Amino acid sequence: MNGAELLVKSLLDEKISYVFGYPGVSICPFFDALIESPIKSILLRNEQDCGHAASGYARVNNTVGVCAVSSGPGATNLITAIATAFADSIPLVCITGQVPTEHIGSDMFQEADIIGSAESFVKYSYLVRDAKELPRIVKEAFYIASTGRKGPVLIDLPIDIQMTEGLSYTPVPDVSLRTYKPTVKGHAVQIKKVLSVLKNAKRPILCVGGGVILSGAEEEVIKFAESLHIPVVSTMMGIGVIPSDNPLYMGMVGKFGKKYANRAMNESDVLIMIGARVADRAVSQPDLITKDKVLVHIDVDPAEIGKNAGPNIPIVGDAKAVFEELNKSLPDKDFSEWLDQLTRYSKTREMKMQGTAKYVDPNEFVRILSEKLDDNAVYVSDVGQNQIYSCNNYIVKHGKFLTSGGMGTMGYSLPAAIGASVADLNRQIVCVIGDGAMQMVLSELSSAKYLNANIKIFVMNNRCLGMIREFQHMHYDNRYTMVDLQHLPDYEQIAKAFDLQYVRIRKNEETVSVLDGILSLNGPVLTEVDVDDDAFTAN
Amino acid sequence: MKKIYSVWVENRFGVLSKVAALFARRSYNIDSLTVGETQDKTVSSMTIVSSGTTHTLEQIEKQLNKKLDVIKVRTYAEDKAILREVILIKIKYVSAERRELMEICEFLKADIVDTSNTHMVITLCDTPERVDNLISMLRKFNIVELTRTGTLAMPKCSEAD
Repeated sequence: MNGAELLVKSLLDEKISYVFGYPGVSICPFFDALIESPIKSILLRNEQDCGHAASGYARVNNTVGVCAVSSGPGATNLITAIATAFADSIPLVCITGQVPTEHIGSDMFQEADIIGSAESFVKYSYLVRDAKELPRIVKEAFYIASTGRKGPVLIDLPIDIQMTEGLSYTPVPDVSLRTYKPTVKGHAVQIKKVLSVLKNAKRPILCVGGGVILSGAEEEVIKFAESLHIPVVSTMMGIGVIPSDNPLYMGMVGKFGKKYANRAMNESDVLIMIGARVADRAVSQPDLITKDKVLVHIDVDPAEIGKNAGPNIPIVGDAKAVFEELNKSLPDKDFSEWLDQLTRYSKTREMKMQGTAKYVDPNEFVRILSEKLDDNAVYVSDVGQNQIYSCNNYIVKHGKFLTSGGMGTMGYSLPAAIGASVADLNRQIVCVIGDGAMQMVLSELSSAKYLNANIKIFVMNNRCLGMIREFQHMHYDNRYTMVDLQHLPDYEQIAKAFDLQYVRIRKNEETVSVLDGILSLNGPVLTEVDVDDDAFTAN
Repeated sequence: MKKIYSVWVENRFGVLSKVAALFARRSYNIDSLTVGETQDKTVSSMTIVSSGTTHTLEQIEKQLNKKLDVIKVRTYAEDKAILREVILIKIKYVSAERRELMEICEFLKADIVDTSNTHMVITLCDTPERVDNLISMLRKFNIVELTRTGTLAMPKCSEAD
């Protein structure tokens, strides 16, 4: 077999079913080898979207997403998706074609130093120099991507390596790397310290981040919180850990989060952060957070602990393993009183929220939409005001909430939704996106159509780049510039051009009646939702 | 504050650039960096001297440990380690200066390793402080060229070795 076939065999060993890709000459042997294999290749319309689709796939299937693109501009186009996955710790294996080994460094046509360019966004990278090494490299790449703090791994594959003939496959033993041994189990002494701090605590709170979802620790964390009646807040990436109807849940914290969630966190005397980076968007002044409270920071990545805030009790370990241990010796405590106090406060805040009558109220829209969704639906939000409306109003049931939290990459949602629909053909998938990002990824409507992806796309159309407009309103005294999306396309005509079903929601009153119809349709639907350009997110 | 990091890395192409990129990406200082093979051909040793706040210096160690090509990171205070640097200095001189130059070299145990009627090259292998000292004593002469290695470091002998 040749190198490309050996790579395919190695991918099959990792039980890979799909590769999201975009071809070019230097990756042709690989896609050619896929033809004869059970692995399906999914063609998107831009290399960046291949990475986002692999991310959506990985997050819905709790697996590693695979994408493959060509050398040069194909590879550099992928960088934003790699950086997006890196920021949110999404496990990907990204394969890039490369010019022939002997020409590397000669600035040949479509040559780019992708390994060097992507270095600060990858967990690890390989430039394959010997085709015989492929099975070992693939096995290591999947192991590295999916263990410890998950993330993208890059394999740069020169075309001559793919075309090397006369290779044979021998299974590789389990991965053993002297430089990489992630800590899974939390240190027993540190776990005891947490339990003893809780014994004296009056107002403890859990703040759950994306690490809880990545570790599959939702059940263990909820069990811990429920046993002691500890309130729970989440970061943006932690949305989905705990259902909205759980009385312990106070919503998302941070700059764009719920006021009462932030207040709950600020008033706590013990803050347990789990799988969260204590980053600027979630905690406005991370360095001050330990001033009046005990900070317990649980994370699988030791470099995250103490980076933004110095914890009193650091625990390096996998969230699931740590909470399994914590649940074994729960203290005899009940924090219901503190919980009731927070619940009362959150109720008064909720009642104060009022929608605008003009256009469709985006907050109300997200509430109604997420209420109507299937219990296990996947909700993908883009970046911008739509993300903030989504985070603050999405009703968490038992589905998945996907968004680009760390990098805030516009145009993530539609390709990620496509990846999600490939991961689970029967799931209901919605993509909520602004009109700015929609224009960045219009071409993927074509992918959604040919795949007959079961995605209901909702374009929140306020005819401008709303988040930046809002920023200019707040910080530039309404000196609006570069935010007016003049000469907007007619979305009905766009839908027609891509042969998609089209619906428009103009007013609040229409939302309820129209949504049922949209959600019952098969295949992709493009819905335009008219939103006021003055509907700011600040609450 | 200064800290010395002795970093064992996989002896592969690209590893130096990955480590250097990590420092650049996070705005960490590199005061000096030396790289060479160890007794194990698959392992290279990097000695990096960095300066910054305590928090930054801690982060550097964590971020280095996170790199998958890094086998081991050790840090030590300067008084717990043997430190050495090598310097080469080329000086243009006139005959009236020769005697003083020779006295300085003798005094600091530096060697004159090459000479002509107008130039000499002086070398010294010593602690960073004594290398600094040599430079400051030679400042008043006409230094044509000066180059020094980064710091090499190794923990002092102990019973545990």
